[in-house]
Amino acid sequence: MRNLIRILIRYHFAILFLILEVFSLTIYFNSNQNHKNKILNSSHAIVAEFYSLSSSVFQYFNLSKVNYQLNEENTRLKSELKNSYHKNSVNILEIYDSLYSKKYIYRTAKVINNSINKQHNYITLNKGSRQGVKPEMAVVSTTGIVGIVNEVSPNYATVISILNTKLNISAKIKRNNYFGRLNWGGNDYMHVLLNEIPNHVEKQIGDTIVTSGFSTIFPEGILIGTISNFNNDKKGNFYEIEVQLSTDFKNLAYVYIVENLFKNEQIKLEKR
Amino acid sequence: MIKVILRNIICFVLIVLFQVLVLNNVQFSSLLNPFVYTLFILLLPFEISGWFLLILAFILGFSIDAFTNTPGLHASATVFMASFRPMVLRGIAPRDDYEIGTFPRLSQYGFAWFVKYTVILVFIHHLFYFVIEAFSSFNLLTVLARTFISSIVAIFLIVLSQFIIFRD
Repeated sequence: MRNLIRILIRYHFAILFLILEVFSLTIYFNSNQNHKNKILNSSHAIVAEFYSLSSSVFQYFNLSKVNYQLNEENTRLKSELKNSYHKNSVNILEIYDSLYSKKYIYRTAKVINNSINKQHNYITLNKGSRQGVKPEMAVVSTTGIVGIVNEVSPNYATVISILNTKLNISAKIKRNNYFGRLNWGGNDYMHVLLNEIPNHVEKQIGDTIVTSGFSTIFPEGILIGTISNFNNDKKGNFYEIEVQLSTDFKNLAYVYIVENLFKNEQIKLEKR
Repeated sequence: MIKVILRNIICFVLIVLFQVLVLNNVQFSSLLNPFVYTLFILLLPFEISGWFLLILAFILGFSIDAFTNTPGLHASATVFMASFRPMVLRGIAPRDDYEIGTFPRLSQYGFAWFVKYTVILVFIHHLFYFVIEAFSSFNLLTVLARTFISSIVAIFLIVLSQFIIFRD
């Protein structure tokens, strides 16, 4: 016993070092594996309060650009309004029927923390479970795709950004509907990679890439970006397509959280 | 003694705030992530005992983790770096050893000594951090590029701080 204590005292530095190192690496790799950062998370109240304070100052620097983007979207939406169309037909009988039922609900949220320079980037938003946000909802911006909700607290939510090497998304070429797996290469915040597109598929630089809508998360046809380059992959059967993102993650300010009302029904059916 | 403790607590808070509010928002590219918060470990007094050094390093790293959503990543890198500090200090000690009552600062042990001290420890920290961060998709060249570029900027800022803030 006395020897044990003597050893402990003698090597306390090394022992303490090992304990701390094993402890912190364990929680790091655990938090990595299942996408759950239960222990520390910037959706936690104190840290999030802090970030929303600092973002309330820093958002002013982006104001003109955000204004411009919103303006642009307003123009687009206004041009789709009913009263900006000319009626071609003469007789119209309007029927309110049950052919359409609402599938997606949009909520706006403000980005209060964001990063682009890590391998696993996350975004924090100022809306949480109290506002109806749940994990695994889609997040899009006025210019395109952003990510997927990861964790929620009562008033905040963290989002796995597209710029996160762990995230895979089903995407397709808009022109011919061939779909593949979209993933971030981890280097450049302007580009992502679209894999698993077969060799024979016709494509050009500049083609639009959109979400496929196969998952229950993203609606179909949300803009991701345009093809900027493509190469054969190592085995040579598939193309590795470099996609220029349409969203500039550096000045993300306001985003939409998309809720799929039919999600549970689809999941239930597919699990059967 | 109380003065030293108080000064270090203030130093801790300011350095963490500077790191998470200023430096983490400087996002030029994925190659540039200077972690200047390591300055806190560098500036702790010579007489600090080993176990306390490691605990402080862990707390420092974990506070940064709280802001960056990476539980344990900064903590492990900072503990790793702190474990080398006593050895590095012994290795680069001046001929007549460190005087009692002095601090590891540029103003007290000169430019060459401080730069040597900073380069070794900051480089260890950054290398460990980037290797662990890229663990599954490991690419030696990018990891080394990240380590070198980020360390150089961090070292530059740390040395600069010695001329601007810690002058006495």
